[in-house]
Amino acid sequence: MDLTWSESEEAFRTEARSWLESNVPTPSLPSGDTKEGFALHLEWEHRLAADQWAVVSWPKAFGGRDASLWEWLIFEEEYYRVGGPQRVTQNGIFLLAPTIFEFGTAAQQDYYLPRMSSAVDLWCQGWSEPNAGSDLAAVRSKATRDEAAGGWRLSGQKTWTTRGAFCNYLFGLFRTDPESERHKGMTYFMVPLEGDGVTVRGFGRLDGDEGFAEVFFDDLFIPDDDGTPDTMVRGGILGEVNQGWGVAMATTSSERGLTLRSPGRFQATATRLVDLARERMGDGLSQQMADAVADAWIDAEAYSLFTLSDVTGVVEGVSMGARSSYNKIFWSELDVRLHEVALDLLGAEAELDGPWMKGYQFALSGPIYAGTNEIQRNIVAERVLGLPRK
Amino acid sequence: MRFALTEDQVEFRAVVRGLLADTCGPDELRAAWPDAETAGGGPGGGNGRVPGAWSALAEMGVLGIMVPEAQGGLAMTEEDLIPLLLEAGWAGLPDPLAATAGVAVTLLRHASSSEPRAQELLAQIATGEISLGCVFANSSRSNSTGLESTESASVVAVSNFVPAATSLDQILLCLDDSVHLVDPASLHLERVQSVDGARDLFHFVVPAELGESTALLTGAAAQAATLAAFDFAALGAAAELIGLSRRMLEMTILYATERKQFGVQIGSFQAVKHHLTNASLAVEFAEPLVLRAANSLALGNPQASLHVSMAKAKASAAAKGAAAASLQVHGAIGYTVEYDLHLYMKRSWALAGEFGDVEFHRRRVSAELLAI
Repeated sequence: MDLTWSESEEAFRTEARSWLESNVPTPSLPSGDTKEGFALHLEWEHRLAADQWAVVSWPKAFGGRDASLWEWLIFEEEYYRVGGPQRVTQNGIFLLAPTIFEFGTAAQQDYYLPRMSSAVDLWCQGWSEPNAGSDLAAVRSKATRDEAAGGWRLSGQKTWTTRGAFCNYLFGLFRTDPESERHKGMTYFMVPLEGDGVTVRGFGRLDGDEGFAEVFFDDLFIPDDDGTPDTMVRGGILGEVNQGWGVAMATTSSERGLTLRSPGRFQATATRLVDLARERMGDGLSQQMADAVADAWIDAEAYSLFTLSDVTGVVEGVSMGARSSYNKIFWSELDVRLHEVALDLLGAEAELDGPWMKGYQFALSGPIYAGTNEIQRNIVAERVLGLPRK
Repeated sequence: MRFALTEDQVEFRAVVRGLLADTCGPDELRAAWPDAETAGGGPGGGNGRVPGAWSALAEMGVLGIMVPEAQGGLAMTEEDLIPLLLEAGWAGLPDPLAATAGVAVTLLRHASSSEPRAQELLAQIATGEISLGCVFANSSRSNSTGLESTESASVVAVSNFVPAATSLDQILLCLDDSVHLVDPASLHLERVQSVDGARDLFHFVVPAELGESTALLTGAAAQAATLAAFDFAALGAAAELIGLSRRMLEMTILYATERKQFGVQIGSFQAVKHHLTNASLAVEFAEPLVLRAANSLALGNPQASLHVSMAKAKASAAAKGAAAASLQVHGAIGYTVEYDLHLYMKRSWALAGEFGDVEFHRRRVSAELLAI
């Protein structure tokens, strides 16, 4: 066990910290899930990209720094410590990019990845549909082959698409084999959200921001990818036709994906919670509240340590596999708890539309998105504990 | 950065696991209970010990793992011993492994520079010829057991209980500002009924005749040694609790895949899956806290006490959760003493409160965090 950072990692931390301290906007930006807030966040993304801080763990050729997973953790810690803005590019970076790295052709990687890291293209996800939520295999949106035109025609509806109204591309599953059922016969598409045949309708989320959208496809044409930017700008397919389920699932436990949700974020929230409790001590903090603060803070530490142990495994070649479902359950419920305790501390002020109430509402989405925690618990039970599926 | 046990530590741990699986099964545990009826079988008349397991551990050198080389030990650290206590917990070993190899060694190392008796005891631990008890006792010399958690993060949880007392060679008695070496035969020991019979628990009142002849350490040196020893005691219990939790969950998962109701394995029901996932989640996220605290103790990290308390608070809670889920999923069979679950469940109840319960350790944390 060696819980210290190397000299070069410390140097990386110093460099990241000094850049962030002189660049992170103050006061903090308005929510990136509103139209005007999104524009400001886009500016921030461009500034990150200009100095190669947008995707530190990616290869230099795609806008990264070839940073190790450890350095990525350090960067995230520093990012949240100084209160860096929400990353409006994260769905592309965490959900799509791992799939492009694994399944994309060289031409696709060269075209899409730099545009993603520099926030030229903004990606939203298109998994859920009105009748396919937790049951993702119930996808009905379809893509029909148009041999004469040399491409695919998309129709159907996606929904709960975070920041869909502000993004210009969507990735998701479409049924390409009309005879198929469930997990078979779907294909992983990258789809432009502009042009004929696509309509995006934004709507308000729980927290009042217009961060959600539903997306309607009506005969949207996607030409076959001939490896040139002219066709790739109009979308394309990742992996093989009819193999979309496998393509989408292959990277769900990727260490680059959402599963290694940065501990820095929750430690920063836990630190703010402790600060809030100290501020409130003049009002007489009950032992019960002090205990609740301590308990939530310990959990943030536990998550951080669990992640260090996971990353050690990944670095040494052990795949996280289904164990990554533990992470998702834990961090999403931890995030809710940290905010609940803060709201309890605020008492009558809790209802005010301040950062804690805003953060609480955002945290409440965690146990729902990216596979509800009920689904994640089933995954842990079946694939980690070994309980019978049926 | 590397947050994992070394290859050697993993190997040592596996060997100890195998050894305990061979020498400390449910039959041996029942034999450690004084009363066969409450144990759900066995010969009765046990004294809280599993001699076969203890002598095997002694022979392997496990007892002397933290004893300095000068006294014939392996001169290893908390980081090496704590993983073995995970296995002791898994096996439900009732013997004073943490007390002898960890807590006593910590105290005796503090005293060894000035105390020939301490050096001698360390050497005897290394050869495996003695077993020791360690008590953080209430110095008010009353019958009460108490919690003193208001002063600062440096407080210890006190109790006047000692398990398997009649089997011990010596007892190290930590009071406020002195550490004494006491012969159990000289104490007025009163057997009390622990819910876990394998602990064969005794209560005693701190004797009035303690003094210079019994003192190993006094004053600031005693306080420092006591705090370090208490931290090890709490962390050792935390490690055993994680091991116990894993044992209970293993048994329960196995049962849930065998037992059928409504024509299917009960483990296929989502309610059962979620109970067990929740219990397992708490264990998985408590164990890293335990291992980190072991590293902090080994390195003398100034935050070691804080790290220990985080670990013990979460391990105690995780074990109580694992016990509850295991009993619920087993149903009526788990509610019998003939079935093995109770052997591990009752130990986890006992250890969850020993050397500071969830509340005590959470308060050590909040005292540190909030400076209250």
